[in-house]
Amino acid sequence: MVIYLKSIFNDAGNVTLFTARFFKEVLKPPFEIKEFIRQCYTIGYKSLPLVGITGFIMGLVLTLQSRPTLAEFGAESWLPGMVALSLIREIAPVITALICAGKISSGIGAELGSMKVTEQIDAMEVSAINPYKYLVVTRILATTLMVPLLVIFADGIGILGGYIGINIHSDVNLVRYFSQVLASLDFIDILPATIKTFFFGFFIGMIGCYKGFTAANGTESVGKAANSAVVAASLIIFIIDMLAVQITDLFM
Amino acid sequence: MIPEEINTVEQLTDKKENTVISIGNLHKSFGKNNDVLKGVELTVKKGENLVVLGKSGSGKSVLIKCLVRLVEADQGEIKVFDTDITTLDNNALNAVRLRIGFLFQNAALYDSMTVRQNLEFPLKRHSKELNPTEVEEAIIEALDSVGLADAIDKMPSELSGGMRKRIGLARTLILKPEIILYDEPTTGLDTITSREISELILAIQKKNKTTSIIITHDMACAKLTGDRLVILKEGLIVAEGTYEELEKSGDEWVRSFFN
Ligand SMILES: Nc1ncnc2c1ncn2[C@@H]1O[C@H](COP(=O)(O)OP(=O)(O)OP(=O)(O)O)[C@@H](O)[C@H]1O
Ligand SMILES: [Mg+2]
Repeated sequence: MVIYLKSIFNDAGNVTLFTARFFKEVLKPPFEIKEFIRQCYTIGYKSLPLVGITGFIMGLVLTLQSRPTLAEFGAESWLPGMVALSLIREIAPVITALICAGKISSGIGAELGSMKVTEQIDAMEVSAINPYKYLVVTRILATTLMVPLLVIFADGIGILGGYIGINIHSDVNLVRYFSQVLASLDFIDILPATIKTFFFGFFIGMIGCYKGFTAANGTESVGKAANSAVVAASLIIFIIDMLAVQITDLFM
Repeated sequence: MIPEEINTVEQLTDKKENTVISIGNLHKSFGKNNDVLKGVELTVKKGENLVVLGKSGSGKSVLIKCLVRLVEADQGEIKVFDTDITTLDNNALNAVRLRIGFLFQNAALYDSMTVRQNLEFPLKRHSKELNPTEVEEAIIEALDSVGLADAIDKMPSELSGGMRKRIGLARTLILKPEIILYDEPTTGLDTITSREISELILAIQKKNKTTSIIITHDMACAKLTGDRLVILKEGLIVAEGTYEELEKSGDEWVRSFFN
C-alpha cells in the first residue's frame, strides 16, 4: 500500500515535470512546423470517420431514447433543442474525448514507446536534435488543437443524426429542425463546453507522450505504455469534466 | 639541458593534443545492486581504432553511452576533445555531440521515415546552409560509401538486418563526425557481410581520419579494425594491447576471447 502510494506520488511528480518542460519548450524556436502539421493530419483527419460515426449514433440514439419521455408530457417539440443541448454540453465532448483517448493516446503511447525501446529517441538525442521538441511538443499541440475540432465535428454530425432520428417517427423539415436547435442554444452553453475540450485534447496528447517517452526497456513495455495511456487519459477526462461542471456552476 | 627540456614539454603537449577521448575513474550503477562500471580508465588517441571486448552485459554499451551522455555517469571524468562533458550545459553538449557519431547496436533507424528521410533528418537540421541539391548529393554520397544507394526510397521495415546496420552507419557518416562509436557493428550478420562492414570501418578511418571506439564480439572484426584492444570485465578494464599481444596473453581468461 505504501509502495503503491509512493509510486503514485512519484508518477505525479514526473508528470508535472514532463508538463512543465512542455511549457518551457513550446515557445522556444526552432519550431517543428512540418511535423506539427503531419501530426494534425494523422491525429485529426484520420480520426474523422470514427468520430463521425459515433457522433451520428449518439445523436440518433439520444433522440430515439428521449422521445417517449417527452411525448408523455406532450413536449415533443422540445426534442431537437434538448438533444442538441445534451450533445453539445456533455455527450459529444466526453464521448469524443474518450474515443480519442482510445485511439490517439494509445497510438502516441505505442509509437513513442517503441521509438524509445528501439533507441530511436536516443538516436535523435545524440545527433543533437531535441526529441522532446520534435516528438512531444508537436503531438501535444496537435491534440490540443484537433480534439476540440473533432468535438465540433461530432456535435454537427450528432445533431444531424438527431434529425434523422426524429424523422423516423414524424416528419420535420430540416430548416425547422435547425432553427429549433439554434433557438435552444446559448453562447453560455457552448463556451464552457468548448473550453474543456482543449483541456481534454491537451491531456490526451500529454499522457500518451508521457507514457511512451518514459517507457522502460523491453518490448512488453510498449504494450504497457499504450494500455496505461488509455486508462490514465480516460480517467483524466472524467476528472476534468467534473471540474468543468463545478466551475461552470460557479459562474451561472 | 635546456633543449632537452623543451623537447619534453613538446612531447607532453603533443601527447595531450593527440588524446581525443580520456575517461578517468568512471563509475555507473543502475539501482542499488547493479554496479556496471566501477572505475574505468581509458584514453583514445586521434585517428585510432580502439576495440572494446567484454562479455554480454559487462557494460560496454553503457560505457560508450556515457561518452555522449545518453547515460549520466555517477562519478568520474569524461573528456572529449579536451572538454569535460559531464558538466556541460545542453547547448555545449550538443555541440560536442555533433562531432561524435553513434552507431546503435540495433541501428535505431527512424521507423516512420524512408531511408532518405532518415539521412536528411539530422543533415537538414544541422547544415541549414545546404540547398536541396547539396542535401541530395550528401545523401547519395553517404549511401554510396556503404554501398546501398539503391535503397534510398525504402522504408526501414523493408531492409534486412545488415542493410539496416549499413544505413545506420550512413546516417552517422552524413554529419562527418570526428569520432565514431560503433556498438556491435557486425553482430548478427553473416561472415561475408561482417567482413564488408569491418572493411568499411577501416576505410572510413583512413578516408575521414576518424577516431573510433568499436564494441564487438566478432574477433575477425576486432583483428581487422582494431589498432588496440581493451577488455572490460566486472566494470574495469582488465587487459589492453594489440590483437597479437592479447592473443598470446598469459591470462587464460583473456586468451579465451580468441578461440
Ligand atoms: N537504462 C538502463 N537501466 C537499467 N539498467 C541498465 C540500463 N542500461 C544498461 N543496464 C544494465 O547495465 C548492464 C550492462 O549493459 P550493457 O548494455 O552495457 O551491456 P553490454 O556489455 O553492451 O552487453 P551486450 O554485449 O549484450 O550488448 C546490464 O546489466 C544492464 O542490465
Ligand atoms: Mg551492448
